[in-house]
Amino acid sequence: MATIVYAALFYFAAAVLVGGLAFHVWRYATTPAPLRIPTTPAPTTRAGAALRVAREVVLFQSLFKSNKWIWLFGWAFHVALAVVLLRHLRYFLQPVPAAVAFVQPYGALAGMAMVGALAALAARRLVVERVRYISGPSDYLMLALIGAIGLSGLALKFVARTDIVALKAFVLGLIYFDWRPLPTDPALLVHLALVAALMIVFPFSKLLHAPGVFFSPSRNLADNSRERRHAPPARLEALARKA
Amino acid sequence: MAAAPGAKSSDRSRGDPLELPALACGAMSNSKPYPANAAMQTALGFPGELVENWHDKAIARLGELVNGSRALRVYLDSCVKCGACTDKCHYFLGTGDPKNMPVARQDLLRKVYRRHFTWAGKVLPWLVGAGDLTEETLADWYSYFHQCSQCRRCSVFCPYGIDTAEFSMAARDIMDTIGMGQKYCNEIIGKVFKIGNNLGLPTKALKATLKGLEDEIEEDTGVAVELPLDREGADILFVTPSADFFASPHMEGLIGYAKVLHEAGVKWTLSSYASEAANFGMFIGSHENMQKVALRIRKAAEDLGVKRLVFGECGHAWRVAYSFLDTLAGPLDFLDPNYPIPQHICEFTWDLIEKGKLRFDKSKNDHIRLTFHDSCNVARASRMGSKPGGQFEIPRAVLRAVCNHYFDMAPDTIRESTVCCGGGGGLLTDELMDLRTKGAQPRMRALREVAEEHGVTHMAAICAICKAQFSKVLPKYGFDMEAIVSAHQMVSNAIVLTGSKQAEELDAKAGAAAPTS
Repeated sequence: MATIVYAALFYFAAAVLVGGLAFHVWRYATTPAPLRIPTTPAPTTRAGAALRVAREVVLFQSLFKSNKWIWLFGWAFHVALAVVLLRHLRYFLQPVPAAVAFVQPYGALAGMAMVGALAALAARRLVVERVRYISGPSDYLMLALIGAIGLSGLALKFVARTDIVALKAFVLGLIYFDWRPLPTDPALLVHLALVAALMIVFPFSKLLHAPGVFFSPSRNLADNSRERRHAPPARLEALARKA
Repeated sequence: MAAAPGAKSSDRSRGDPLELPALACGAMSNSKPYPANAAMQTALGFPGELVENWHDKAIARLGELVNGSRALRVYLDSCVKCGACTDKCHYFLGTGDPKNMPVARQDLLRKVYRRHFTWAGKVLPWLVGAGDLTEETLADWYSYFHQCSQCRRCSVFCPYGIDTAEFSMAARDIMDTIGMGQKYCNEIIGKVFKIGNNLGLPTKALKATLKGLEDEIEEDTGVAVELPLDREGADILFVTPSADFFASPHMEGLIGYAKVLHEAGVKWTLSSYASEAANFGMFIGSHENMQKVALRIRKAAEDLGVKRLVFGECGHAWRVAYSFLDTLAGPLDFLDPNYPIPQHICEFTWDLIEKGKLRFDKSKNDHIRLTFHDSCNVARASRMGSKPGGQFEIPRAVLRAVCNHYFDMAPDTIRESTVCCGGGGGLLTDELMDLRTKGAQPRMRALREVAEEHGVTHMAAICAICKAQFSKVLPKYGFDMEAIVSAHQMVSNAIVLTGSKQAEELDAKAGAAAPTS
């Protein structure tokens, strides 16, 4: 029973996540950027602008300039999350690639760092008056949701271990449409249900900052308006010709 | 340090320029600019008064704007409420009103976007901070989107580059569309369409002013420096804010440009048709009006048959010229591609200095100990020179070339982190004086620091709005209103024109001091 419910849940969640993100990415890509608005000083070439975006994505450069605490907690959280995700690839890939095998020992550490960073971010929201003012229910819920995923994951590692061989069979079964039973340990069921919830919520929430950061015109446009004409949208082009 | 006896405990002129205020909810909710009247509205193609179905029309316009601007769409979706911007706005630092924190200002628009354009906001508004566009929210829009000078300081520090200027432009556009325009901006744009400049100076007055300045320069230097108007066949069309024709210290800057252009030996002209560099269409977020204003410059350039475009000292005008002009009114392919299109007067002057073509007597500025205020639109929305950051280096290089005593203000208040003068973005109007004064606090404190540490007496700027704003707020912070100077006023003081009285004096001095062996 749990197998059917969770299999259906994950097909649904994956469809929502991929479909929702694809929809938003398509909309960001097709919405016109009528004017050239990089925040300057900005790179003068497109390659430079791409590098600028890469620095934002990998190092959180602007956030570092802004506030060292938010940077520390935010960056630590995202790096830890990346390691944790990479570690989880072992459930999806057979054979397990070398890089994924390499991060295995660091996964638990990253999991703890992730939960710790989330706790720090939550504390900041509650303690700093300015940040408390701008925080809404969804901001706290998002921290709680990801925190609960982390905690249930750590519980699976340290408290109530599950049959990971069977789990991997279940996951690979989902991918290859060759369904296998899911172990029904409560901690695992909670962990997976929360992950599915996160996948479903993703395209409807502020997690859209993930695709958004790549499409931000103040970061991804080159400062080259004197060298290369930024063509106006048709609406303004027509007005200019009329004048 | 303890406060001096008799000093008010609320002395806002001293302290850390970026000191955090205590939150003061609603402190600025009554700050509102005068509304535009029906005539001002209709001149720009907007309804004369609040339309009956304002709610639906506003939502529809918001939808159009989101569909037409990737920036707005991405910025509305991407904010994670991390708080990085919360202490970056000079209006928040000066007022403590939490709705002046960039993210909170954005949320005034974002909540309506969420309510009407996102699934989560339609189904679970309480969860995701979605809200209806009520009369109360609309009042907040009118108040707080006129407490943003569109200076982009928040955008520098946002991990996604979210630019609150895009929000305030969009909100003002929506309000214009439903008949809730702001008097100051809309009246001025109307004047540009009708008369040709923000101040409404007719051609006759302009001619008389320029003639007066020519006489003044000749009297001072003995050299006939021209300030030509509508001269066909000139090589350079010079476009400058109309404040330069009108008030101090702007006019002293204009004299400086004229001297430099004279010394460069170029044929240049001003235009009565495009006697204004400013483009308030940007402030109200109306691409149509911004384009209409920008097209005047193209037409003037074509009619006069010029080959080059040079702009005077004006912050947002330089943003529109540098970043948008070619898009809005281009392609400007009839201009000479051997020169930057367009060029800033600071670039023009620095180029001559580098080539050794200008002679200066720096001692003429020895009574001045100078600092430089980076104007927001130049600093964060444009460039000078060929390298990123030239907009910081070139004006400073020019100032150092003409003045012996130069000192920068605190690093976190200059260059890309510059704090706005407090009067930009269409807020330079008397009824917003309280906001303007409070918004200037970070800059005034930074100036106070260098005044006390280095004995700085003057601050140069390259923006008409900054200059006008500082003339008004400097006295409120215990400075002389004349402590604000034009960058080219400094150039004007020191430049030694070929064949001038100053050149003779200098040569005589040099001759007398020369060794006799």
